Amino acid sequence: MQTARFKRVSEQDRNPIRLLIDGQVVKALDGDSLLVAVLTSGPVLRQSEFGDGSRAGFCLMGACQDCWMWTADGQRIRACTTPAREGMSVLTQPPSEALWPIPA
Amino acid sequence: MADPRIIVVGAGPAGVRAAECLVEAGLRPIVIDEASFSGGQIYRRQPRNFTRSYESLYGFDAAKARALHGAFDGLKDAVDYRPDTLAWNIAGNVLHTVSDGVARAIEFDAAILATGATDRLAPIKGWTLPGSYSLGGSQIALKAQACGIGARVVFMGTGPLLYLVAYQYAKAGVEVAAVLDTSPLSAQAKAMADLVVRPDFLARGLYFRAQLMARRVTVRNGITPIEVIGQSSVEGVRYRTADGREHRIECDAVAMGFHLRSETQLADLAGCPFVFDEATGQWRPEKDGDGRTGRPGIYVAGDGAKVLGADAAETAGRLAALAAMKDLGRSVEEAEMDRLRGKMRRFDRFRRGLATAFPWPAGLVRQVEDDVIVCRCEVITAGQIRETACAKGAPEMNRTKALSRVGMGRCQGRFCGSAAAEILAEVRGRDLSEVGRLRGQAPVKPLSVSTIVEKAE
Ligand SMILES: Cc1cc2nc3c(=O)[nH]c(=O)nc-3n(C[C@H](O)[C@H](O)[C@H](O)COP(=O)(O)OP(=O)(O)OC[C@H]3O[C@@H](n4cnc5c(N)ncnc54)[C@H](O)[C@@H]3O)c2cc1C
Repeated sequence: MQTARFKRVSEQDRNPIRLLIDGQVVKALDGDSLLVAVLTSGPVLRQSEFGDGSRAGFCLMGACQDCWMWTADGQRIRACTTPAREGMSVLTQPPSEALWPIPA
Repeated sequence: MADPRIIVVGAGPAGVRAAECLVEAGLRPIVIDEASFSGGQIYRRQPRNFTRSYESLYGFDAAKARALHGAFDGLKDAVDYRPDTLAWNIAGNVLHTVSDGVARAIEFDAAILATGATDRLAPIKGWTLPGSYSLGGSQIALKAQACGIGARVVFMGTGPLLYLVAYQYAKAGVEVAAVLDTSPLSAQAKAMADLVVRPDFLARGLYFRAQLMARRVTVRNGITPIEVIGQSSVEGVRYRTADGREHRIECDAVAMGFHLRSETQLADLAGCPFVFDEATGQWRPEKDGDGRTGRPGIYVAGDGAKVLGADAAETAGRLAALAAMKDLGRSVEEAEMDRLRGKMRRFDRFRRGLATAFPWPAGLVRQVEDDVIVCRCEVITAGQIRETACAKGAPEMNRTKALSRVGMGRCQGRFCGSAAAEILAEVRGRDLSEVGRLRGQAPVKPLSVSTIVEKAE
């Protein structure tokens, strides 16, 4: 397994949840944002569409939009402001090229 | 006559106090916030199933946080509170919102914009590597999610929040590799005369610094950032100290911020005139001492109007609400308004002190190398901006945006705007104020493609 980026410092007594990231099971805790759920189990969130490598979010306050992920049906979600939920399934890339680019 | 409809955008310190003041006068304002909980940035709440105490979350500000949360919770039945709702445009006297994919158009008699601020960023080589975060973002990870952004963190930039967040990390048990401040200590000395108007805050700043030093954290002033190093992830930071020597420090995360910038897009879309603020090199909505903008019916308060901090935001929120009611023909207590204005003057003096103590590093930004990415969204480099400014002759920001796409990406210039303006001003040999500012665009943040058509209210 790849190393986690974020380190939990407390509040670890919460109920465990499981979600699917690109089809892989990821364990997280109830109350995590999607961004935290992903980054406490791996190092990155997504690939930059401009070929300059991976990204792992930046502002965490819903302003930079650098933490977009996608649902299987093509809905774009902002990982830093979306709560992680049991059974949630998300993708690190848009499911269809036709959906990108989406105008701001 | 029916009661006037007043909308407050933002449920941080400014918005909460504005709403409270309106309720005291017998009105029922609509309060809109994109976040799920009230509190804003400084008093951001943790999810309901977290158990840390106010003291551990907010430190010196615990009592104020409790008071602000209590005040808003007490208004539950008296306001029309709409959390998880983005205000994305203002056209005429109509505010456009979206919540859970449903758009609404709400007519108003007055709107109080209390939209707060985000980090102000300067581009540094390598700042797009996974593991680099905005300073505010690093605090949110800790405060709202009980996580550190890494195991060994460098805090780089300038401003009072740099020391506060580094201290909070150290206290939470995360290793702080270094605090690297671009402002020289001499600047802080020069600012003393203004900073002493808030001795408690001055003392806090010194306390955080002393605490970091006591934990043997490297604290450097007057540094020049060179590079965030790493292959596919942050591995360290290179910087130069004032004596010209280069240093390298290992870390797996960097938190960066150069004080704050106001969220002004809604005021811009509403047609409020803007002024250039020399002290910070930023544009902000023009307002009188009470928060009235140049657009009748539109008021601004808190960090979204001018970055003065949380206590000032509470005062300004209340003052703007009183001004709005006065303009709508309600009787308000002039004596109270006078008292609040007096407080605002003291906050403004402190702000001047902070701008002197922790200046935006314009010189460093202007010298950023050509291959450094300025626009994180669309990967546009400093070189491309310079080329556009020279070869294509873009004289001001919106032209540069059209030609180079800088500021056109999904963050809409929030994180590249300050730097792009400096670079453009330097290349064109103009004053910063002459290259203008990126105009606000609706929607102020990207909307989901599946947003349902509007319902009018
Ligand atoms: C990340 C961060 C952390 C900070 N931490 C501290 C700290 O620890 N100590 C300190 O002294 N200062 C801190 N500050 C400074 C802080 O800005 C002020 O202290 C204070 O929070 C300002 O209050 P405000 O009411 O003006 O704005 P905020 O508290 O920022 O509240 C603004 C609110 O408006 C909402 N909003 C904005 N735009 C829209 C929109 N278009 N639609 C709907 N809602 C919207 C936001 O969701 C937010 O809740 C921090 C700033 C930031 C950015």
